[in-house]
Formats: sequence, C-alpha cells, structure tokens
Amino acid sequence: MTRAALQALLSHWVRSPFQLAMLLAGLALATALWSGVQALNTEARTAYATAESLLGGGNAARLTAPAGQIPESEFARLRRAGWDVSPVVEGRMAMGQTRVTVLGIEPLTAPAGGTSEELVAPDVTDFLAGLGFAHPQTLDEIGPRALDLRPSQAVPVGTVLMDIAQAQALLDKVGFITHLTLAPVQRDGLTPLATLAPDLRLTPPEDGADLAGLTDSFHLNLTAFGLLAFAVGLFIVHSAVGLAFEQRRTMFRTLRALGVPLRHLALLLAAELALFAVLAGVAGLALGYLMAASLLPDVAATLRGLYGAPVPGALQFNPAWAAAGMAMTLAGTALAGAQALWQLWRLPVLAPAQPRAWAHAGMRSLRLQGGVAVVLAITAVILAQTGGGLVTGFALLAAALLAAALIMPLVLAGALALGQALARGPVAQWFWADSRQNLPRLSLALMALLLALATNIGVGTMVSSFRTTFIGWLDLRLVAEVTVTPRTPSEASALQDFLQDHADAVLPTQRMDARLAGQPGQIYAMKDHATFRDSWPLLDAVPQVWDRLAAGEGVLINEQLFRRAGLRPGTAMLDLPELGGVPVLGVYPDYGNPRAQAIIGQDLFRATWPETPISQFALRSETPQALIAVIQDEFGLPSGQITDQAQAKALSMSIFERTFMITGALNVLTLSIAGIALFAALVTLSGMRLVQLAPLWALGLTTRRLAALELARALVLAGLTLLFALPVGLMLAQILLAVINVQAFGWRLPLQLFPADWARLALWAGLAVLAAAVPPAYRLWRYGPNQLLRVFAHEK
Amino acid sequence: MTSALTIERLCKTFGKGPDAVQVLDNANLEVPQGQSLALTGESGSGKSTLLHICAGLEPFDSGKVVLAGHDIADADDHARATLRRGTVGLVFQQFNLVPSLSVAANLSFQARLSGRHDPDFVAELAQRLGIAQLMSRYPEQLSGGQQQRVAIGRCLAARPRLVLADEPTGNLDEATGDAVLDLMMELAAQAGTALLLVTHSTRLASRCNARVHLRAGKLQVPV
Amino acid sequence: MKNKPYSPIVGRIAALFLLMITATQGHAQGFAGLGTTADGFAVPERGRALDFPQDHGAHPDYRIEWWYLTATLTGDDGHDYGVQWTLFRSALQPGDRAGFASPQIWMGHAGLTTADNHFAAEKFGRGGTGQAGVTLDPFAAYIDDWHMRSRADAGADPYDRLDIRATGPDFAFDLDAQAQGPLVFHGDQGYSVKSFDGQASYYYSQPFYDISGTLHLPDGPVSVTGQGWLDREWSSQPLSDDQQGWDWFSFAFDDGHRMMGFQLRGAQVFTAGTWITPDGAATPLPAGALQFTPLGTERVAGRDVPVRWRVDWPDGGVSVTTEPLNPQAWMDLSVGYWEGPLRFSGSHTGRGYLEMTGY
Ligand SMILES: Nc1ncnc2c1ncn2[C@@H]1O[C@H](COP(=O)(O)OP(=O)(O)O)[C@@H](O)[C@H]1O
Ligand SMILES: [Mg+2]
Repeated sequence: MTRAALQALLSHWVRSPFQLAMLLAGLALATALWSGVQALNTEARTAYATAESLLGGGNAARLTAPAGQIPESEFARLRRAGWDVSPVVEGRMAMGQTRVTVLGIEPLTAPAGGTSEELVAPDVTDFLAGLGFAHPQTLDEIGPRALDLRPSQAVPVGTVLMDIAQAQALLDKVGFITHLTLAPVQRDGLTPLATLAPDLRLTPPEDGADLAGLTDSFHLNLTAFGLLAFAVGLFIVHSAVGLAFEQRRTMFRTLRALGVPLRHLALLLAAELALFAVLAGVAGLALGYLMAASLLPDVAATLRGLYGAPVPGALQFNPAWAAAGMAMTLAGTALAGAQALWQLWRLPVLAPAQPRAWAHAGMRSLRLQGGVAVVLAITAVILAQTGGGLVTGFALLAAALLAAALIMPLVLAGALALGQALARGPVAQWFWADSRQNLPRLSLALMALLLALATNIGVGTMVSSFRTTFIGWLDLRLVAEVTVTPRTPSEASALQDFLQDHADAVLPTQRMDARLAGQPGQIYAMKDHATFRDSWPLLDAVPQVWDRLAAGEGVLINEQLFRRAGLRPGTAMLDLPELGGVPVLGVYPDYGNPRAQAIIGQDLFRATWPETPISQFALRSETPQALIAVIQDEFGLPSGQITDQAQAKALSMSIFERTFMITGALNVLTLSIAGIALFAALVTLSGMRLVQLAPLWALGLTTRRLAALELARALVLAGLTLLFALPVGLMLAQILLAVINVQAFGWRLPLQLFPADWARLALWAGLAVLAAAVPPAYRLWRYGPNQLLRVFAHEK
Repeated sequence: MTSALTIERLCKTFGKGPDAVQVLDNANLEVPQGQSLALTGESGSGKSTLLHICAGLEPFDSGKVVLAGHDIADADDHARATLRRGTVGLVFQQFNLVPSLSVAANLSFQARLSGRHDPDFVAELAQRLGIAQLMSRYPEQLSGGQQQRVAIGRCLAARPRLVLADEPTGNLDEATGDAVLDLMMELAAQAGTALLLVTHSTRLASRCNARVHLRAGKLQVPV
Repeated sequence: MKNKPYSPIVGRIAALFLLMITATQGHAQGFAGLGTTADGFAVPERGRALDFPQDHGAHPDYRIEWWYLTATLTGDDGHDYGVQWTLFRSALQPGDRAGFASPQIWMGHAGLTTADNHFAAEKFGRGGTGQAGVTLDPFAAYIDDWHMRSRADAGADPYDRLDIRATGPDFAFDLDAQAQGPLVFHGDQGYSVKSFDGQASYYYSQPFYDISGTLHLPDGPVSVTGQGWLDREWSSQPLSDDQQGWDWFSFAFDDGHRMMGFQLRGAQVFTAGTWITPDGAATPLPAGALQFTPLGTERVAGRDVPVRWRVDWPDGGVSVTTEPLNPQAWMDLSVGYWEGPLRFSGSHTGRGYLEMTGY
C-alpha cells in the first residue's frame, strides 16, 4: 500500500517538474543563505578561539607597564618571589611582503593549556633554536623568508609565533618584554604584586583580546540577515508546498476512498517533505559553503579592519554549521508544510476537490493576517518605547518588518479596490478585479519581495547615511598631513627632537589602556593646538571646552562611552586611574572604534603617566611629500611607518567599504531570492489561471492582449509593493541607525534620504519582476490557444 | 435569406501518422440567419471541435468556414478575436464566466467589449432570465443553472449574429436544462440570432428548426 | 593539584635531562640528533684536578649537570621522612649568553617522602635572565623561589653549610645542612666512568651533612633532624646505547661509614661505587665489585619497580637488604622516576636513599 500510494503521490512531481524544482530551489537557497552566514560566523568565532587559546585559553591576566615595555629582569624578580608569570614579547614588523605581529613566548614558563603548548611541544628544542609558526595564509603573504617558519592553523592570521629570544631580536626589544601573563593559579602566601612591582598594572583576563565579545554585534547583524534570507526562502517553500497540496486534493480524496488511512497518508506526505528537505538541504549546504567561501575574504578584512580580529580568508568545513543548517532546513520545511498537513488532517474524505471560494478563504486569511500584523505593530511600538539591548533592537526590527509584511496584502487589496473603482472600460475593470482576486495566491511572493525591497532600502539608506557622515568626519579627523609611527621609544624621542625643526606642527600621540566606566578602553593625550581647536568634531561640549581641556580640567569622551555610560558633558564625571573623578567636557564621534575612549590634555597626561612612550606623531606640513622624504632619509623608517593623509583616508574608507560589503552581497542575494519566489508564484499561478482566462479568450480577447495584461498586473503589483516598501525601508533604516547601530557600535547617525538609490532599486526590482513575469506571459501568448481550448475541450 | 454560418468541405485531423484521428472529413453545413440548428453525435465524434473551429478558436486543415460573411481562413488572430467579440456568442457546458467579476459585470461584459452595451436591454435580459436579484453576486456563489443563465444572458446582451452553444445544459438537470434552453431559443428567435446548438439529446434537438448528425467526420441530416 | 597533568613542553624539556640517565628514551624521542659524540661540548678528562670553589658552580660547556641533595630525616613526631632537592642544568649549546638567548635550560625537582605519602614538584626556566642558575660568590643554586644557598663562614668551603628551600603546591621544606666531613671524590679523583665504553662524568659528593629544619605538610609543619648527602655531577656524554636506566644508592651506616653504589642496566650491567670512611677517605669500588639483587617488585605508578634490594660487596663484607620508607615514592613529574629514603639491615644497619630510573 505504501509503495503504491507513494508512487501516486510522487507522480504529481513527475508531471510538475517545475514546481518540484521551485520547491527544491527555495529550500536549497534558504539553506544556502542561512548556513552560509553560519559558516562565516563559525569560521570567525573559531579564529577568535584560536587567537585566545594560543596563550592559555584567554583566561590569563596580564601585567603591563605604563611605559609600554618591562625590563626582562622584572620577570626574573617576580619568578624568584614565587609568582608564576611568563614573559611575552609582541610587536608589529615588516616581514617579507607584509606586516605581521611577532609574538614571542617563553615555552618553559608559559601557562599550561594554551594551543601554543601543543604546537611547540614536539619540537621545543627547534623552537628554542629559532623555529617559528604562522598560519598558512600568513606564510603566503610573507612570501620568501629567511626565518624557519612552519605552517599551523592554530596560529591566528597575521601572527608569527616564535621563541621570545628571537622575537626580542627581530623587534629590536632585547632586554625587554611587552607584558607578563599571570598563571590563573598562584601559590598562597606570596608578597602582593602591588608591593613587589607597584609600577606594573594588572589587567584582568576579560579585558584582553575579547574578540568574541567585541564582534558579537557584527555577527548578530550577519545572523539577522541570514534569518531574513531564510524567511524569504521559506515563503517560496510555503507557497510551493501549499500549492502542491492544493493540486493533489483530488488525489488525496481518491487515495482515501481507496482505503489509505488518513494517518498513513499524512505520514507519507511528511516523509515526502522530509525527503525534499534533505535533498535540498544537502544542495543548500554545498551552495552555502561556496557562498561563504567567496564572502569570507571580505568578512575577514572587515573584522580585521574594524576589530583587529585575525580571521583567515580561507574557509574550513565545520560539521557544526552544516548540522545546524540542515536542522534549520528540516524545521523550516516542517513549518512551511504544517499548514498544508493540518488542512489535510481536517479534510472530510469527500470534500470538494476544488477549493470552492479561493477569494473568500483568501479574504478571511487576509483579515487574520491583518490582526496579527496589528498585534506585531503594537509589540514593535512597545519595544521601541522600552528599548535597550541589541537583542531587543533586533526583536523590534523583526516585529516591525513582519507587521509590515503581513499588513501589506490588505494595503494592496485596498489599492486594487481603488483601482477597480476608478477603472472605466470593461477590460480595465476586469484587470483590477482579477488582480484583487489573485492577490492571496501572490501575496506570499509579494511579501517576500516587500521584505527584500524594504531591507534593500533600509540597509542602503543606513550605509549611505553612514558613508556621507563618515566622509565628513574623516575630513575633520584626518587633518594631519603626515603620520609617523616610531618603532622604539628611543626612536620616538629622536624623532621628537628632529621633527621640531622640520614640521609646522608636531602632535604626538600618547595613549594607555585603562578601564573607562568599567569597560576596556584607552586614554589619549591631546596637545593644545589650533589643529584640534579648529576641526576636531564634537557632538556636544561645555563652553570653552578647549581651554578647559588644555588646563587639565576635564576629559573628552567618545560617543561610544557617552552612550554606554550615559555621561553627559557638564554634569557627569569619569573615573580615570590615578586621577579619580574628572568632569566630562565634551563628546566626540569616533566611528569605527569598538572601544571606549577618553582624551585629556597633554600636560595632565604627561604629569600623570610620565613613562608613557609616544606611539605616533601627527605632523602638519605644507610640503608633506618633502617631509616624508626627509624623515625617511634621516631615520630609514620603512614605508609602513609613515602614512600621508591621502593614504590614511583611503585606508579608512576601504575598511568602511568592506564593513558593508557583506551586507550588500546578502542584500543582492535576498532580492534575487524574492525574484525567484515571485517567478515561482507567477508560473504556478499561470497554470491555474487558464480557467480564469479562457472565458475572456472565448469572448474575444487575444492571447497577446491577455499576456500583456498579465505582465502589466505583475508590474502593477510589484510597483505597489515597492511603493509600500519605501516607508517600510525607511522605518527599517531608522531602527538600524537609531537602535541597532547604537547598541552594536555605540554611535548614532542622522538619517539621510537618497532618492537616486531608490530609483535605481526601482529599476532593478522592475527588471527582476519582468524577468519573473515575462516567461509565463510569453507562454500564454505563444501556447495559450491550445491550453485555453483544452479548458473547454476537457469540460465535463 | 442570408447565411449566418456556412461550412464547406471542412477537414480536421488531430495528430499525425498512425495516431492521427480524422474528426471532420469534408463536412458541409449551413445555418441561415435567424434559424436554429441542432448538432448531434456520439461523444467524441467531433461536435465540440466543429464548434471551436467555427468560433475561430481552433485551426482546421482544409475547407471553408464563413462566419456572417467573413471567411475565417482569411482572418488573423486579431480579426478572429474581433469576430468573437462582436459577431459570435459562445456558451459552453461550464467555465463560461469570468470568476473575478460580479454577475452584473459578467452580464454586460461582452456587450461592453463589442461596444454595444445597452443597460436597459441587459436589465430586461436579467429579468427574463430570472437573475436580476443575483446581480451583485460572484460566479462561485451561483448554482450551475444560474451560471448558465448568466452565460446565456451575457452572450445575448452583445446581440451576436450567431450563438454557438456547446451542450449548454449538459451540466444541469433535465427540468432546469429545458427551461434554460427554452429561454435561449426564444430570445434568439426574438433577436433574429442564428443558433448552432450542440447536444446529444434528441429531445432537445427536435425543438430546433433543423438537425444534423455528425458521424465518422460527415454531417448528415438524420432520417 | 597532586595529579596535575604536566605540560608537554616541560615533558620534552625534562627528557633532555634524562639523556644521561635513560639513553634509550632519548633515542626513542628523537633527541639522538643532539649526538652521542659531544658536539662542541667539553668532555670530562681523566686526571684533571677539580678546582674549588669554581667547580661548585655551573659548567656551561658541558651538556648536563646537577646539584642533588637527599636527606633522611626524623621528625619531632618520631616519624621518618625523606627529602630530595635537585637543580638540573641542560645545555642546548655549549657556553652561555645573556638574556633569553641563553642556551642553558634549568630544571628543579623537589620531593618529600613520608611513610604513606610522597610529594613531588618541579620547576623549569632558562638561564640568562636570572630566573634560574648557579652563582658562585656567594654560592647559590636557584630556580624561581627555590634555592640551595651557602651560609658557610668566609674562607670556608661554600658547601660546608647550606640553606635549602623548596615549595610545591601542597608541601614545602626549609633545611639547614652543616657538613661534618670533607668532600668525597668518586672514581679516579672525581672522574667517574659510567660504562664499559668509557663514558664518564665528573662526580663528587658531600656525604656528611647534619640537617635540621622544617617540613611543611598538609597537616602542618614538622621539625626534623637527620643526615644529608649532596651529589655534584657534570658531563657531556650520554649513556651507551643499550643502557636503559640506573639504580643508585647512598648509604649512611650507623657506624659512620658511607657508601655510594650504582648499577647501569643494559646488555651488560655496569656497577661502580665508593666506600667512604667516617673521616672521608674514599675507596673506589670497581666495576663488578658491587652486586645488586632485586628482592621483588611492587606496582608503582602503573609499572613494576623493584623497591627492595640486596646489595652485596663481598670484598668488604657488606651484605644488606633495603626496605623503603614508602614503596610508592614515585616522582610523578613530567619525567617520572622512583626516589625515596630507605633503611637497611643485614651485615650493617643504617639509612640511605635510592633512586631508580628507566622503569
Ligand atoms: N487537442 C486535441 N488533440 C488530439 N485529439 C483531440 C483534441 N481535441 C479533441 N480531440 C479528439 O477529437 C475527437 C472529437 O472530440 P470532441 O470534438 O471533443 O468530441 P465531442 O465534443 O463530440 O464529444 C475525440 O476523439 C478527441 O479525442
Ligand atoms: Mg464535446
């Protein structure tokens, strides 16, 4: 029985291969986008774990010195006092064709449990004698090299791991270490560090390279996009499954009349769906892998540029996301098929084979949808009012988008009714009435299109708003014509002396790590100089902010810190190490920086932390190229250490562009999926529409005219959808800018409108809709008479 | 007396080679203006095919079909559509109505298409057909007999020269079918419209002015 | 903390130190590349007179070296205890350099044995930074917060009085060792042959320490007194290929004599020893003079270890059987070996220490 019944059920798909293809394509694409995004996230998270586990699982506290480096004798002194500390030397340097972070460790005292341990152990004598390790990608970037470097996936991209002695020599830091790692367990009864080494600062473990925490928002963004794409894909599946059930009602009736139990039939249908889900899931996983592999380089570049997170550009296959992707596909299919199975369950054996009143059932479900939409909209409003937290932000986003999608068919129905009321001729009236009647069948596809268009408009508006603001901000921030980064403290002081006579203004950068309002951040020193007074952008400030800053009377904070800690200039105080509470004088935008930041006057900074080396010089000069040449002649600095303004801007912009590249790519993919959904809906509908169109043809409308009307209907519906998508997209943009970005990155940008972008999108959407609508219309025009005639010939 | 429809040596074959079915084999027929003609034949004998050819819905192999003075063979797709809109009225067994339009809209649809819309006439027709109280309903809310009456009303509202009806009462019970057909023949006679009625009921056929029987591709007047 | 898994790095490093002790292990783990010929390292020469205090310090030109103190102690609670404190040195290359670039690797081992417990701890470090090493003036051998420091009077031999300290996760000890006799040179004036192939080391001892101090145990501190034995040895030559490990004994007879004896187990067993009178006169015991007979094994750390022995020196009329204080005295460190105090009886009675490697 099972075999015969299954054969009968599957014969439907043999006769409707296109429908099957759409179902599978929808599922596969949904899986691909979701699993692709998960693959990207997994890869990045693996990379963070790699970076953190390299030196003992990231749970080691650090000892650092304000001066930036510690004499190595301090290491011996602490060890002799019984403290289990291990020295690390870290620094950037040019190696081969690229710049790398050289990480020097001391394997004999390194805390147990780091991956470096497993890496180094088998060849520890070679390691001590100069063997190093680097990610294969890093080795490729370095190219030919003199050092003995071995490839290892355990080393973060861009880092070269080697023995501390060799690292000291390469980094020109012989006799010094960058920091000490403190083993998590220390012996009882030791002299406290505060007594033993009062100059060293203890940084708790979580402040280190907590990349997972920093990048959470980025990944949440990706995940949200993946989910959206998945949802759009499920629209396709839902409509394909629903249609297939609808068309097989007669068959179900016959099978049941022939004695196949309902439970059995339901199980068979569920099994059929599961089979499709697995087939499509596998294909989707393969597609997702390919998609992720092609997007990963950009994602990696973004994460590196934005957070300094080392993520390799080559994707590893990880069963975790594959399994998760497959689970999502199965769950999604179950969701999409549940309604159909439920209907089958409740269907009396001899229910009419043809749905009697599509339009009426459609209107009823439209009203139900409207109700859900209203509830969702109210939820969104409440979320927006109570707000707080990135997850709430995304919930708000989801509620608002879903409400808009659900309410859209009602809005379209209204618009079409209006069209019908205004229409004059009989064909025009029929056109509107017919569009209205077919709306329920198209509404899923149109909702998918709406989501894709609104996302496109929203994200596009956000990115463009950001770009405009960012460019303006860069021009203000990057006023210095030349930036020089000294390699060592001694070089820094030599440069300082030298530059006094060669540059119009020397603006040294001094900074130190500190906890600001409980968050990891940095304190910068700012010289009192016209450059800053004239152009440093401020969002909010007290009167005479620059005078007061120079006088050491307060601190400027970045927008991120301002928003997270709620420190209002003029009233709030910020606790700084050594200085205690300092009045907040102003807030400045600091795009692209994930951490908290504070600026105090240079004099105050130097008085408080005299040891802090100069990490960079910003130079003003009328002849920047000449200045660069002079510095290079005098100090032989490699080109990476000297940057001119144009270079710096280009670098910032490229980081910026890449940040949203992935968003753009997913945008395009989502739009294409929506296009496919519309195509699938139109093609399947065109089959069912023959019965509706045949009378008109018999009444003397040519198939050509009918085809043109079909095309026009698709365009009208898409156009109405686009019109509706516009406010929805702007609402999305507003949520992104005012809620999500603030939560995720800590800055808020003004919403700006870019109608030219909308026009371009309208064009693209129009083309996509035409691409989806032309094939079925063409078929109607060319092969219509035969098929239409069959309606009457097969009448019974 | 002018001819509403003239068919000469009409041939039609479906398919090719061994599977070919010759449905019409040098068939000849004439329906004079204002007359009614019943076309009978066994199921599958080619009645519907002949009707579709007359309506310009189906191409044919050879022969001549002249519809109210227009040779169908000379008409292109557009011209045939024009003929259907203004000259011919079609009534099928089912699927006659445009599902998205109300009864009122359906009723006046063809007349408006052909530019011969007369609201008074439509109202009168509705009255006569007993569907006046159904005007704001939609096709799926009507019974089969009601639907066929609307279809007939729509067809007649456009005042065609020729009504081609393909078993218009095949879906209905005998009493309803008789009532609907009576009405159609009466209205057609009043308007001077020719009627080609396909049926396999000899009882219905006998009520027409003339009757032809289709067998083995030939049309014959039964004895 | 007792069963802390030792890191693979220190495991590999520790293996370096066992080159001399367990040559086969070295080969098996690929350290043979360091050469069975002394590549650039100095080699012990017969007849070279040792020179003090210089030779108390480190010899970076030799591959391997140790400062090795064992003590048999009795607590004021009446119980027996044993203590070991060792600083090993292993050079990746001959000579020394400042800072982390130094090729000298240091390893500290500390052990504390009670009748029913055995504590062990280890330390690793690199020379050049001051984390670990040996200084001469004043003498101190140290790694992290462990040390063996001279407290001898000016002009006296630095080894005359030592202050020894080590801490582990669950134990610690502070000992004061005062020499009651002279230094003793093994083999030919300190040139000690280790195999029939002629591999040799420089080897001398201070076997006459009286010791007092405090042991810190999980149950609290215990004041102890007893006797100690300091071994000093350095060399560059690994053992012969076939030698698997050794059994080393130090005996303090109740009559004041001392005896050191060891056997290197291999295709042929190589034995050697030194007979020491109470005034420090030393008689080398040539290969074959001593006989070591295991008297049954015990399951220790998953292997069979002969923890009871009969040691015979027929020519000297010595035939004793040993009984360990704690048969489970396994140094469960990145490289494991058995090391613990014992009492012996038979022709003579007294206390001693036993080290067994390569099981
Ligand atoms: N499109 C077609 N292709 C092939 N054969 C057809 C087609 N349409 C009708 N036929 C065949 O032509 C014959 C006449 O059909 P039809 O005109 O519908 O008969 P009737 O209306 O008298 O019952 C039948 O045998 C039918 O199978
Ligand atoms: Mg028929």
